[in-house]
Amino acid sequence: MSPVIEVRDLRKTYGAGDTAVHALRGLDLTVEKGEYLAIMGASGSGKSTLLNILGCLDVASSGQYLLDGIDTGEFDEEQLSLLRNRKIGFVFQSFNLVPRTTALANVELPLVYAGVRRAQRRERALAALDLVGLKDRVHHRPNELSGGQQQRVAIARALVTSPAIVLADEPTGNLDTESSRDVLGILDRLNASGRTVVLITHEDEVAAHAMRTVRVVDGRVAGVLV
Amino acid sequence: MRIFEIAAFAVRGLTANKMRSGLTTLGILIGVASVIMLIAVGNGASSAVEQSISGLGTNILTISPQRAQPGGTAKPLTAADAAALVGPDSPDVKYASPVVSAQATAAYGDTTHDVGQFIGSDPQYFSTTNSAVASGNLFSANDVQQARKVVVIGSTVATQLFPGTDPVGKPMLVNNIPFTVVGVLAAKGSSGLQDADDVAVAPLTTTQNALTGYGSLTQIVVQAQSADALPNAQAQVTTILNGRHKVTDTADYRILSQDQLLTARTATTETFTVLLASVAAISLLVGGIGITNIMLVTVTERIREIGIRKAVGAPRSSILGQFLIEATLLSLFGGFLGVAAGVIGSQFTIAGIQPVIVPSSVLLAFAVSALIGLFFGSYPASRAAKLRPIEALRHE
Repeated sequence: MSPVIEVRDLRKTYGAGDTAVHALRGLDLTVEKGEYLAIMGASGSGKSTLLNILGCLDVASSGQYLLDGIDTGEFDEEQLSLLRNRKIGFVFQSFNLVPRTTALANVELPLVYAGVRRAQRRERALAALDLVGLKDRVHHRPNELSGGQQQRVAIARALVTSPAIVLADEPTGNLDTESSRDVLGILDRLNASGRTVVLITHEDEVAAHAMRTVRVVDGRVAGVLV
Repeated sequence: MRIFEIAAFAVRGLTANKMRSGLTTLGILIGVASVIMLIAVGNGASSAVEQSISGLGTNILTISPQRAQPGGTAKPLTAADAAALVGPDSPDVKYASPVVSAQATAAYGDTTHDVGQFIGSDPQYFSTTNSAVASGNLFSANDVQQARKVVVIGSTVATQLFPGTDPVGKPMLVNNIPFTVVGVLAAKGSSGLQDADDVAVAPLTTTQNALTGYGSLTQIVVQAQSADALPNAQAQVTTILNGRHKVTDTADYRILSQDQLLTARTATTETFTVLLASVAAISLLVGGIGITNIMLVTVTERIREIGIRKAVGAPRSSILGQFLIEATLLSLFGGFLGVAAGVIGSQFTIAGIQPVIVPSSVLLAFAVSALIGLFFGSYPASRAAKLRPIEALRHE
């Protein structure tokens, strides 16, 4: 069985010449299907850059990234947007919900771009919101929801398209302890039901939920902790 | 299927900021409405001019004096010239009315009124100008001979000076000289640039005696036997006047037919219409720039939202579509309201002119407003669509 994510010698450089910043310096990483991986590292270590590239939000300067066996390096912007839509669910630290738009509409958004019909869209979005325990909040707007609830809406949005991987960039970074527990609980359950989850964190308690933890130091994987 | 969803996003984007959308719409509204209304006003003016000129009849020649050429002397046009134009040498001329016009202030009791046109002529003048009498009588050839101080007034003068009373038989002071009103002309309506009813007509002799003196006539109005006889009549008139004025090369008078007059006046009003339309077009352009500005602001303000949409898989085309639809909806909505405002506004008389809507201008203004949305919206929209998702998400 091929891995969901296979990264070879990944490099990312911002700027050029003397002022160039090397965020990633030849990073290798493999994530198997159904895995629950935590990426840890100091700030500036390149872990966020890595996750952005894994989520196809950013493009690497060089190196190879195979997602679900597909080489993303040859993809143009149009095909990348398709990948983001079908294969990837991304959860941000700052939630990133569309403002002035109900939870339901936010969760439906990826399905709209996937061209799913209205009735089916509604059904799947409601199911996803039910999964994160927000069935009674579907018509609330982001500003009417607590941080934890907003993050749960964001998770529902990430998983509504049944993506190959769920990527989470410090999903509990802006949340209090109780909300964090809720969110991590949801991610645990997602993984338990077979979904591949990759998350970034700098908290050991969060990393403890993962099956495997990798540490990124200076743009490379420094070591694998079990 | 998906285009409706994207259109729904666009509508939601517009309704999320009603004030801003409303003001942008207002810009287009004013542009479109002013294009329609100003063109209608110009068109109304030219059709009024046309009407008033064709109201004079197509068998009319107007002779007016020309200034002397260098080295020559100009002879004045006289009543004798006018009389000489009707005779066996000019079988195609029916009448020739001598006309003088004067500046005059009329008064009745404590009321005064500056008469737009005070004209001295003969009774034929009324038939050549298609003027009918509404009450009282026209003056007669005998009145002209005797230089009686009688006057026939237009309906505007009648309502200004004699509100609520019958002017016929009343005394009226013209530049402090007493006249008697013998008749009131039927209303003709505005002729676009001047009020055709703000007029008073007195016998030629009286007018020259009392107001203008015995200089040159202002015009001689010649009526041909028929419209077909007009070229012949013009030739006969030219021969007679050349003989009387001993013209060798350049004539000291000018003959204009109604056709020429119409052409000249139409050209003037066309210039007027073009001028108005270009002012209106500029305001439409300003409205378009307003849309660009608002869309740029909207895009900048919503870069994060664009990032979110791209992160969940929105392709470039759908972002482009959403913002283009927003811009086009704004301008179409503004255009629609502008057409409504323009059509309603054109129902009112503006500066004495009854606007006449040109259907093609409505179509044009509406089409242009739709295109403005597409054209001016495309730059901000393509900027939005080109953003990389991570750059858009990082934008604060």
